[in-house]
Amino acid sequence: MSKVKHGAHFSLTTQLFALVVAMFGFGFALVPLYDVFCQILGIGGKTAAQAAEVLEAPDLNREIVVEFVATVNQGAPWEFRAEVAEMRVHPGKLYEATFIARNLTSRPLVGQAVPSVAPGQVAKYFKKTECFCFELQSFSADESRDMPVVFILDPEFPKHIDRITLSYTFFAMENLAGVVTENPSGT
Amino acid sequence: MGSEYEATADQHHADDHGHNGAPSGIKRWLFSTNHKDIGTMYLVFSLLMFFIGGMMIMIVRAELFQPGLQFVDPAFFNQMTTMHALVMVFGAVMPAFVGLANWMIPLMVGAPDMALPRMNNWSFWLLPVGFSFLLGTLFMPGGAPAAGWTMYPPLVMQTGDAFPYMVFAVHILGASSIMGAINIIVTIMNMRAPQMTLLKMPLFVWTWFITAFLLLAAMPVFAGAVTMLLFDQFFGAHFFNAAGGGDPVMFQHIFWFFGHPEVYIMILPAFGIVSEIIPTFARKPLFGYNSMVFATASIAFLSFIVWAHHMFTVGMPLAGELFFMFSTMLIAVPTGIKVCNWIATMWRGSMTFETPMLFSLAFVFLFTIGGFSGLMLAITPVDFQYHDTYFVVAHFHYVLVPGSVFAIMAAVYYWLPKWTGHMVDEKLGKIHFWLSAIFVNITFFPQHFLGLAGMPRRIPDYSTQFADFNMMSSIGAFGFGLSQLLFVYIVYQAVKGGEKADRQVWDNPIGLEWTVPSPAPHHTFETAPEVR
Repeated sequence: MSKVKHGAHFSLTTQLFALVVAMFGFGFALVPLYDVFCQILGIGGKTAAQAAEVLEAPDLNREIVVEFVATVNQGAPWEFRAEVAEMRVHPGKLYEATFIARNLTSRPLVGQAVPSVAPGQVAKYFKKTECFCFELQSFSADESRDMPVVFILDPEFPKHIDRITLSYTFFAMENLAGVVTENPSGT
Repeated sequence: MGSEYEATADQHHADDHGHNGAPSGIKRWLFSTNHKDIGTMYLVFSLLMFFIGGMMIMIVRAELFQPGLQFVDPAFFNQMTTMHALVMVFGAVMPAFVGLANWMIPLMVGAPDMALPRMNNWSFWLLPVGFSFLLGTLFMPGGAPAAGWTMYPPLVMQTGDAFPYMVFAVHILGASSIMGAINIIVTIMNMRAPQMTLLKMPLFVWTWFITAFLLLAAMPVFAGAVTMLLFDQFFGAHFFNAAGGGDPVMFQHIFWFFGHPEVYIMILPAFGIVSEIIPTFARKPLFGYNSMVFATASIAFLSFIVWAHHMFTVGMPLAGELFFMFSTMLIAVPTGIKVCNWIATMWRGSMTFETPMLFSLAFVFLFTIGGFSGLMLAITPVDFQYHDTYFVVAHFHYVLVPGSVFAIMAAVYYWLPKWTGHMVDEKLGKIHFWLSAIFVNITFFPQHFLGLAGMPRRIPDYSTQFADFNMMSSIGAFGFGLSQLLFVYIVYQAVKGGEKADRQVWDNPIGLEWTVPSPAPHHTFETAPEVR
């Protein structure tokens, strides 16, 4: 009798441990799933990381205000700002905005700008044909540089929204990729 | 014939452990595979953690007694709130329920022991290991974790040397509770007495059965989340780092995918306990047994699809907010069924009010208050006001302290005569109950008002308009903490001696555990009992 019991215990225990392993994996699967869901549902405010192919078809009847926000992450040694605070744009027309960054240190630095659009659901209508955020930006000591972003609002842009915010956060890349820095807390 | 022979062989094997049942000395506890001994260790450990976590919150309430900074610096204050939560959740409440499960499930289903006794020993002894990691962080450079028990990045990344210890402590405690859960499921599935069909199981067994599945599904996800934090911190991953394409909000999603089932892990066994106690003292069978089982199962299912109600303010689309609002409110339906069933069980019963019943009644009443404030928090538009205020603190303490903790105390008062063979001092028990019930309300009720008036949680100092309610709350907390010393004395007294308890202990209680002598012998149900 006890042998039968042990067999039953063993198979059930194995199945339950398999469930545990599967759920551990599911936790990690949530990472790509999260991005996929954000993309499908058009939420999260993330814009595409590559240049979009677009056709111009301006809708001159509509005007939308695009506000620009530039932030430096955790007091990293940069100066970073938008040239203008906002622009009035027509959907279906290409525009160029300029951001200005300056390395405040006397050594070379590498930075990366991460874009975000608010409200989140318009992110998929906000398309960039050219952006400094697509790649790492290398700065020599004390260098200042104008960085352009060329964008277009999709003509399908939701009717009820007339004001959006494009925000860039500038990160110092030395805190990434396991590179040990003198001040790992970033303060 | 053959089976009879095997039964006697088993009996002999059991006797090897000593004729009085239990082996003696430290080895009895270190190497124990006996469900009763392991249950006792779980319960004693959880009581110890209850006091350690309690002392931490006494420091917090002392600091909040008056506005301004009097006793501790803000960094240490944050360590105390964070550690209080971690110790109470993973050290006090969860192990107490596992301890009760260890003691009572084999007795309730007529099994001789848990199905996997050696793993049972291991799951208990992982707890002291995990907590020496976690409590050891108090003495490390940078101090203990201080970013809240929710460990949100990027704030949690500022944790000092304690960071990896916090992560490994979570891994170890998670492994412990996963193994405990597996043991409980295998015991329930494979070890029930022959005639005990699933729908004849006592509700405590049922609620634990469902809780165990919640643990198996939720704890590994939490282990994954803290592993990702570890990778972000030390191995250059950027799961939650926006600079590398990650997203800190994603941590909140993963955390609460674990975190919401976790809060039901801490309440479902409590539902089971009061469903055992109320019928005994109302002298009527439980009203709506089947609906209780199905309500528990539906709460468990719903717990996996409501997580984002903890994070309404992150900037979710309207559709998401509506979905999580309505699915959360849906939980009120099965929970309401349970509360109505408890009340219907008492309806026209010949009730008496012994200590376990008093704690159960307070549970029903005060847990319901916590449930209602939960419904308020579920309403997205008003949650924007309540989010991260003391209203949230009041809400979850109402469901955890007069909810889970009162249910655990009810269970101890109810089954202690079975464990020790001695009746509990009813007079002291009643004094303990009334002190606890009064002070718990003085502690937490004013926090509703503080939250509605806008006092944020997790702050060491506050504006002067919050002073009076904070002082009340602190006085209540000190009183509640001191009252629990009486509980220790009562338990100690019942272990040492007192009026002898008979088999039944109470007036005709239902359940197999009341068919074995009191105290329950070291080995019980070596041959399966008859189930009516």
